Amino acid sequence: MEILLASAVGILTACGIYLILRQRTFPVIIGLSLLSYAVNLFLFATGRLALNQPPILNKYADVPYTDPLPQALVLTAIVISFGMTAVVVMIALSSYLSARDDGINMTDKGGEDA
Amino acid sequence: MSLFLIAALPFLGAVFPALLIRAGRNAAAGSTFAVTLLALIGLMLHAPAVLRGETVSARLDWLPTLGLNANFHLDGLGLLFAGLILGIGLLIITYARFYLAREDPMGQFYCFLLLFQGAMVGIVLSDNILLLLVFWELTSLSSFLLIGYWKHLPEGRQGARMALAVTASGGLAMIAGMLILGNIVGSYDLSVILQHRDLIQASPLYAPALILILLGCFTKSAQFPFHFWLPHAMAAPTPVSAYLHSATMVKAGLFLMARMWPVLSGTDLWFYIVGSVGLITMILGAVIALFKDDLKALLAFSTVSHLGLITMLLGFGTKVAAVGAVFHIINHATFKAALFMNAGIVDHGVHTRDIKQLGGLRHLMPVTFTLAMIAALSMAGIPPFNGFLSKEMMLEETTHAVWAGVPWLVPALAVFGALFSVAYSLRYIVHVFLGKTRHDYPTRPHDPTPGLWLPPAVLVALVVLIGLFPNVIATPIVSAAALAVTGTPVEFHPALWHGLTPALYMSIAAVLGGALLLAAHHGALGIWNNLPRPEAKVIFDAIIRATTAAARRITDTLHDGSLTRYAAIFLVFTLAISYYAFASGVLGPQTHTPLPISVMPVLGWVCLVGSALCVVAFHRNRLLALVLIGVSGLIVSLTFNYLSAPDLALTQISVEVVTIILLLLALNFMPQQTPRESTPARRTRDVVISITAGLGVGGLIYALMTRDFAMPSISEYHVANSYKGGGGTNVVNVILVDFRGFDTFGEIIVLGIAAIIIFAITEAVLGSGVRARLLNRKPSYPLAGDPHPLMMVVATRVMMPIALMVAAYIFFRGHNMPGGGFIAGLIAAIAVVMQYMASGFSWATDRQRLPYHGIIGTGVLVAAITGMGAWFNGKPFLTSAFGYVHLPYLEKFELATAALFDLGVFLAVLGAVLLALQSLARYAWQPGIVSEHPMDINPERDDASETIEGH
Repeated sequence: MEILLASAVGILTACGIYLILRQRTFPVIIGLSLLSYAVNLFLFATGRLALNQPPILNKYADVPYTDPLPQALVLTAIVISFGMTAVVVMIALSSYLSARDDGINMTDKGGEDA
Repeated sequence: MSLFLIAALPFLGAVFPALLIRAGRNAAAGSTFAVTLLALIGLMLHAPAVLRGETVSARLDWLPTLGLNANFHLDGLGLLFAGLILGIGLLIITYARFYLAREDPMGQFYCFLLLFQGAMVGIVLSDNILLLLVFWELTSLSSFLLIGYWKHLPEGRQGARMALAVTASGGLAMIAGMLILGNIVGSYDLSVILQHRDLIQASPLYAPALILILLGCFTKSAQFPFHFWLPHAMAAPTPVSAYLHSATMVKAGLFLMARMWPVLSGTDLWFYIVGSVGLITMILGAVIALFKDDLKALLAFSTVSHLGLITMLLGFGTKVAAVGAVFHIINHATFKAALFMNAGIVDHGVHTRDIKQLGGLRHLMPVTFTLAMIAALSMAGIPPFNGFLSKEMMLEETTHAVWAGVPWLVPALAVFGALFSVAYSLRYIVHVFLGKTRHDYPTRPHDPTPGLWLPPAVLVALVVLIGLFPNVIATPIVSAAALAVTGTPVEFHPALWHGLTPALYMSIAAVLGGALLLAAHHGALGIWNNLPRPEAKVIFDAIIRATTAAARRITDTLHDGSLTRYAAIFLVFTLAISYYAFASGVLGPQTHTPLPISVMPVLGWVCLVGSALCVVAFHRNRLLALVLIGVSGLIVSLTFNYLSAPDLALTQISVEVVTIILLLLALNFMPQQTPRESTPARRTRDVVISITAGLGVGGLIYALMTRDFAMPSISEYHVANSYKGGGGTNVVNVILVDFRGFDTFGEIIVLGIAAIIIFAITEAVLGSGVRARLLNRKPSYPLAGDPHPLMMVVATRVMMPIALMVAAYIFFRGHNMPGGGFIAGLIAAIAVVMQYMASGFSWATDRQRLPYHGIIGTGVLVAAITGMGAWFNGKPFLTSAFGYVHLPYLEKFELATAALFDLGVFLAVLGAVLLALQSLARYAWQPGIVSEHPMDINPERDDASETIEGH
């Protein structure tokens, strides 16, 4: 099981980074999303994997629980990454609409409004 | 009054002039005066004790682990300086009220002045060298604002920049020196450092520490070769010059040398550096001053010269010389501030400061003339004024100074400097006020209002009184200050008549020589003009230009505007560091038994990896990439669910929905395809980088997962106390709203800020020419014929209350079961977004009565107020409380403040998500796009065949 998750995290990271290195805003944003998945899974996995041990306290039996702390951290990370994505999307969109160019690199000629 | 308050008063008071300027210039000046007066009174309340030789102190641990404490103390030296700063400050404030023109922003002036004053008072009262450094830098910054006060003048801006560049870089050197000093002693408290003279001077780091600290002092006090900034700072309004260059800013360096005198002085190194630099500066300043035609430039170089004199006295390292230095600090402050103000009056009355165009003003401006004459004679060192007393002391001390075995060198040079000093002082009187009355003045000069001449008159009165009765007026404070500098009581009995001492002959020689020199001024000027001399500003500008060019070259090479390149550099660098960390560490044996692999996870893995790889393969088709990334997100959510993280699964899936909607909205306006741009070599490079990164990350997490925790985790505590302490059985939720509530609080604020940024960008973009372009936009593909399909409209409306109900359910059960404010907020947001999608932006906006900003704000406020509620129980911020309530006919239920906090989270998330999506949707808005009915077909109408035309 661990090898599956680790390889998935690795592949998501690689895909995300490849897209981040593209030269247009949209692939970069998609790449950032993939990288966010990878990072969230990574952080989550630092609590070690467990099946059927949700960190919901059981009043009736003394059962093991998985590590709740990484989950709490990842939960906020997911929400914050939405905020980050939204801001980046907005910046990308505005720059495209203003300059009619969605390249992320400054070129010598510059955008229309540059 | 507490020393804290004295130091803080100018800073606190700085708001008054800035605000009260609306009530008029008198209100601004009056409030500034009152604040300063209050601080001065507070200071004077301590004066009797300090004059008795006691030290007043106030201590507060600020960052004790760093050795940075807000410790203040007040001894004789501090009292002297603080008294000068605040006392002359009062006069300057009065003077500036009448000096500044109507169009000058006076509120700003007094605000800057008070900030500067506060920083200066902070320096002289600090008992911690780190705290002192903070104030030191503050003086650099606030003096920058003051010198550049006339922003419209290029000289003002350049002078301010030069002053900042020189003094702040010296300040940087001083930080290093102070840190070394603190390191040698093991404490940053001044009172401790001052007791370790032997330890410091025996340390091998004494020399670097001394040189670095002196760099700070010399730059601040305009000592050679850093003297050039001071004359350029004369572009400031005259009250600023009078304040900065007589009593405050430039004296800060002297203050620090005097402060550190007990531990740093007395060595050869100290004598040769400080003594020589002081001597050179004294002579250089005096010589240049004689040949300057601008009144303020003359005074500026004379200030440089006198600062050099004081530095030299401190450099001699003897106690008597140090006393002389302290005495001259007072005397120089009095006559120099008076002279600067006097120059300002001349400038005001005659509209020129050029000595060549002045002359014969004694009849036109008799009051100004009297004041100028007394102050200038004192500056020349003519009895019976105070300048004479300290100049005699200086000359006397030079006869004891042996420079490299040559006993006559220092006295001879001192006489030479004093001679020039006499010459330029007399020139101030002779060439400006004496001589024939000129009639070519632009306006008829006349004496100013008392507001302008009274402040210098007060100082001139002091010049005379100290000169006549030094033992009554000056001795107590000089003795107290000298005690603080030298550490031992020193006899100090200045007198106008010392008998026929060598100093007297030297003085006479200087006065006669100076008078002769002035008589021969014309000839001397000719020689001076023919002398080759380096122009400091040219050199400074060249250095700055070269530095800027070098910086630009480096920046342009590293920072060429290609974000892709930065990302690649960053990634390679990170990989290299990570590799080093991997390679230099030790990997322990595998201790954690892996979980068995079953069919479901394998299927999920195939979907996740497959979708991610497909995203990369098909990323040029943007819509397809979006669909595929949705698949990835869904599998990630299922993964969380499978691996015992139901809260994460819920959050991930709802975030996924809003993210995809957001990206779809954005994609609507962007190209649908990504062109192929990078070369195969570039793509190969990127593949290598990303595969390496993927391998590294995957390997790291695999290694981590197959080993147990290296040390006990704090999670045990959370699990054990979740119910007992937090009152909830969902540990993740309890961590979010209780254990780590402060984190969450910060996070909802960040989310709110992100949404407001999006709103602001939208406003800015739609306010520009983009709006017209958007309105004329032709969609890149045919739109659906039915923008608001009946089925969808009906379905979403029916679902709205159900979805909100689900959100409420998820919210309330959150504390004990998977759910909570984050997830509930997202679900509620999706419920509203569905309405936007189905019924259109305008329809939804019409029915949206609460602004989303308000919802975000309310959320943050609710969370904050909940957190503050704990204060009323004497607990720290965000301490939660809960209890169980039993109502008849109902199950026992729980009331927890954490639920209220969660409500804040809910509102903030709801508002933020909706504000972001709504902003984006505004781009699509077009007039006339909306039917008057919420759907294209009006079901109430009889004739159902008639439809509203699409667009």
